[in-house]
Order: sequence, then C-alpha cells, then structure tokens
Amino acid sequence: MGDATSAHNASDVSLAPVRVVSARVGVGQRLANLWERRELLRNLITSDIRIQYKGSVLGIVWSMLSPAFTLGIFFLVFSIFLKNGIPNFVIYLFSGLVVWNMFFAGVMSATSVIVDRAGLVKKVSFPREILPLSNVGSAVVYFLIQLSVLGLFTAALRHAPDWKFFLVLPVTFASLYFFTAAVAIVMSALTVYLRDLKHLTAVGLQLWFYLTPVVYSYENSLAKPLHAHHLAGLYFANPITLIVMTFQRTFYVSTSVISTVTHAQLNLLPTWSLATYFVRNLECLGVMIVLFLLALSIFGRLEGNFESEL
Amino acid sequence: MTTVIEVKDVNKTFKIHHERNQSLKERILHPRSGRVEIFQALKDISFTVDAGETVGILGHNGSGKSTLLKTICGVLQPTSGEIRLRGNLAALLELGAGFQVELSGRDNIYLYGTMLGFSKKRIDEIFDEIVAFSEIEHFIDTQVKFYSSGMYVRLAFAVAVNVNPDILVVDEVLAVGDERFQAKCIDRIRRFQEEGRAILLVTHSADQVRALCDRAVVLDSGLMIANGPVADALAIFRDAMMKDAVAHQEAGDVSDVTIDSVTTPNGSFDVANGASVHFDVQITSATAYSGYALLEVFSRTGVLVSRSDRMSAPVTLRPGANTVSVELPNVPLLDGVYDLNFGIVDERGANVKAWSEKVASMQVSYNGREGGLVELGAVIRQS
Repeated sequence: MGDATSAHNASDVSLAPVRVVSARVGVGQRLANLWERRELLRNLITSDIRIQYKGSVLGIVWSMLSPAFTLGIFFLVFSIFLKNGIPNFVIYLFSGLVVWNMFFAGVMSATSVIVDRAGLVKKVSFPREILPLSNVGSAVVYFLIQLSVLGLFTAALRHAPDWKFFLVLPVTFASLYFFTAAVAIVMSALTVYLRDLKHLTAVGLQLWFYLTPVVYSYENSLAKPLHAHHLAGLYFANPITLIVMTFQRTFYVSTSVISTVTHAQLNLLPTWSLATYFVRNLECLGVMIVLFLLALSIFGRLEGNFESEL
Repeated sequence: MTTVIEVKDVNKTFKIHHERNQSLKERILHPRSGRVEIFQALKDISFTVDAGETVGILGHNGSGKSTLLKTICGVLQPTSGEIRLRGNLAALLELGAGFQVELSGRDNIYLYGTMLGFSKKRIDEIFDEIVAFSEIEHFIDTQVKFYSSGMYVRLAFAVAVNVNPDILVVDEVLAVGDERFQAKCIDRIRRFQEEGRAILLVTHSADQVRALCDRAVVLDSGLMIANGPVADALAIFRDAMMKDAVAHQEAGDVSDVTIDSVTTPNGSFDVANGASVHFDVQITSATAYSGYALLEVFSRTGVLVSRSDRMSAPVTLRPGANTVSVELPNVPLLDGVYDLNFGIVDERGANVKAWSEKVASMQVSYNGREGGLVELGAVIRQS
C-alpha cells in the first residue's frame, strides 16, 4: 500500500476514542452510535432502493404505479360507486394516502427485517436499530417522490394548496418520521421473539388504515357520534390522524365544501386556525420524540437475546 | 504501550431452548412448556491486548473462543462485564456476511466498508487498492451473485484488510482462497504487525499460532486456562486436548472379543518425531478366533494419516487373555495430537470383530521446520 493511503497510522491509536461493549447501552449512547454510523444508514437505504428495482424495466416508476393504482381504486369506490359527493376527492385522498403509505411501508418492511437479515445481525457489529431505520429511510424516499407527484397533480388540476400551511408541514413530517421509526424499531425487535407478528402487523395495519381519516372525512362522518360518546379524544390518540388532517388541510385547503351529489354543505376538516394546527403538531412532535426514545430503549432491552433467538 | 483491547470480567450465558415456542399460539397455549437450559459460554474472562501485539486465542470446538471473539467484535453483548476497545476494529468473522448479492462488487465495497465502520471518504481513497488486492478488476461492476465463492471471499477479505483497522480480528479465515492468495493474506498480516497494529487470531491450529503470535490465550469450557507466551500456552492447550481425549475414550464391544487396554497408563503417550513407539494391547476373547489386527492413525482434524495393512498382521486369539504388541519403528509425523484406533477384523475386513475408537492418543513433538502432517525430509539443492 502506498504511503498516502496509510493515513491511519498506528501511532495515533492512543488518541482514538474508547468504545465500550457492555451488557446495556443507554439511549444517549445509542443515539451517538446511530449518528456515528449515519453513512451506513445512508448506504443501506440506497442499496435497499436499488435492490428493489434491480432488473425491472420500469425501475423506480413502480414505486409510483402501485400507489397510483390504490389511489385509482379508492377514487372509484368512494367517489363514483358510493358517491360521497366530495369535489376534487382525488386530492383529498392523495394527500392522506402519501402519509399513510409512508407509515405502512416503513412499519411493514421493518417488522421482519431483523429476522430476515439474521445472518448479518449474527456476524457483523453495528447498531442493530439501523436496520429498521433503513426501512423507514426508504419509505421516506418513496414518500418524497409521492409528495412531488401530489404537487404536480394539484398543479395539473389548478388546485392551489394553502401555502402558509407549508410552515407547519416540516413539524408534521417530523412527527410522522419519529412515529413510524418508533413503531418500526419496536416491531422489528418483537418479531424476533414472536414470529407471528409479521402476519398480525399486516392485519393490524389494515384496521388502523380505516381508523385514520384517509378515505373518509372525520368531520363529516365520525365527529358527531364520537363527540356524543366522548370518544373523540380516543380517535385523536392515533397520531396519524392529526398528521393526515394537516396534510389534507395543506393540499385540499377547504374545510367545508358543497356536495356534488346532494348540494348540501359537507364539513370535511376541523376549522382550526393555522396557529392551532401548529401548536397541535408541535405537541404531537414532542410526544413522538419521546416515543422514539422509548422505542430505542425497548429495542436495547430486547436485542440482548437476539443471538439465541435468531 | 497503549492497551487497545481490554476484556474485563466478561461472562456470557445463553438460553438453550429445548423446545422452541416461537409462534404466538404456542406461547399462549403452552406458556411454560419447553425446558430452558442456561449455558455459560464464558466465565469471568479478563485479559488485555496492547497495540502492536498479535495474540492467538486457542481452544477446541465448544470452548467458547468464537463467543469471546463475537463479544469483542460487538456482535454479542456480554451478560456481565465489559470490553473496552480503542480505535477501529475490523473483524474477519464470516467473510462477506454483509454483502448484498443483488448489488455489484463496487456497491458492495462501499456497503461492507461502511458496515465495518469506515467512512465513504476513506473507502474512496483505497478503492483501487481493494480492487487490486481482490484481483477481480474485470468483475467489479458485476452483481455479486454471479461471483464464484473464491471471488466473493477475496473481495470481502480485501475490504476488511485494506481499510487499515487499528485492531484486526481474524477467525480461521486464513484457509480461504488458493495458496497464492493465502500467502498474500499472511503477508498482509505480517505487514500489520510491522505497522504496530493489534491482531487477534482465533484458531485451533498450533502451527498458525507459533508462526504468527506473540502470546496466546487458551480457553477450555468457557474458562481461560492460559494467557502467556506461545510455548507455555500451547503446552497447556495440548494437555487440555489430552484430557478431553481420555474422557471421550470408548471401548467397543462388538462380540465376544473385547479390547481391554493398551499399555500406556492413561491412554496417551508422548513421542518425539522420528522416535519409535511400542505398546501392547490387551484383548479378551471368549472363544478361539483367527482374524487380523488393524491400526488407524487420525489427526485431530479428522484426516486419516495411516491405516495398517491387516493382511500382514494375522492374529490367533486363544480363549481368555491375549496380548498383541504394536510397534511403529519411526514416527515421521509433525507436531500435534494423533488418535489411534485399534481393531480385530476378519479376512476381508468386512466383519469387525472388535473395535476400539481412540484406544490411545499420541502427542508428537517436532523441532524441525517442515509444515503439514508428515516429515518427508525433502532435499532441495541448486544444480
């Protein structure tokens, strides 16, 4: 090897930081390790995306076709067959679906990731939570692609989004990221112990989807009965609800519309002010960050026995 | 000297599931079924490795050496105790464990390199060197799934050693690749030593330890039974192997002929290379029997070193006690422990009348410089 490349000389070993391998790694240390290995995270995300579409003719276009198909089906069912009367329903639908798709893709792929990559987990040392986080990372990439398509879509339909809500969206997106990551991290570790979770997650997420106002409007259908039974709080305990609503408010804009079928007024979204949206999203982000840290700590407790379970 | 690896009171226990209940249904229906046995793989291990040292970790299968290694690499967490590492560590545990076969060699160099903990910038700098070392220039943009197993391992080895870690951990991977590539690897390890990096070498080959290490640690059933100069550690390692052999000795009783014992008191004897070995085998027979005696010599790696010619060893057993004497006039074997099997067979060798597996072990010491199993005494001159 040439001298230029042996930059890392043995003489400076005494200056190198000390790493400790011990029974338990605290959350602070975990975050530091994750930050230190961010390049690995990035590499895992890019290789994940590359592998997904390696050898397919349309490549990354597939990541668009499948959500487009789902969008088309929901539009057909809810707007045409069931005649929900919401004008420009496709934009309402799409702005909720981008959020849901990211959560779904992140959690679904992360659930089995530790089990699937047991060979790696048992042989190479790196912070294990990087694996579920890389799945969430790929979900973020697809999310960004879908979001830009949503942008093009609204432009094509000459439907202007509410620009001032773009101030709230970064906070909303951060909540979405931390929540998806928290669920993904915990599920990936639990699945090592209970292999059934892979299937249960698929079923659970399906139910969760309908508990989130993506294909319907909360204000229009559920608000009244839930308020009457004091269950609205429970409905909003689902953090995805607030996130979806914020995206719908940003891109769909109108909080109430005139039905194209009955010509009556339909309340679609809460009539909160921008400030209220901002505060609620900020509160949500706080809780999501706590959940994320909690997830890391749970993962730390569970990873000790990975070796004997994999 | 800077200490780069400090292993402090490390314990590791595993739960062994005798009946695995992994599905939710089974866990709910039988919450407490399935015995769980606690197995202690490492017991209070403490030692240190300084920068510039090459330390061998010796132990037979199941002694805990792989567990120790994985713990040092951070793949396993110790149950108690801790390990402090200074500087970057690259482990040659399972070569290419981090490869994604769908990606090209180029992509995998980056992926595997970052997995070992090195920056993209660092890998950019040494990319050409890695490719040159692995000798797969033409295939660097081919998907790894089309690589031969040799190419695969060479690429992984090239990444791990060319990222220039401060600590290199090698687990019996020197057996990969062809002779020429092996020589290249050994050469690279020697250069690491010259550069003052620390190397931890796990092996059960005494030869490799003698050739490469400054010091050796010996593990036996999870305990550290030696930590010191190579010669002392090797002697302790041999003793442990011997005890193990005696414990596993099993006398065969195929029929009315039994092989009772050999003349060595504990079933093993020491012999210098080139010396002769003589021992008697006590055989009890219920009836008169005419057959043939057979001796097999195995190396500890399970290689059959020699099987005697049975037709030259007819035996006629009388009812009662018999003695058969065995002589090996000069043992041309190299350093190591060899197991002897002895048996009485019929003329065609198909019907085994009596058989004793590992009837004795032979520890051969050798002071010459040849390598392998047998001393051939090759004479090489320039003509």
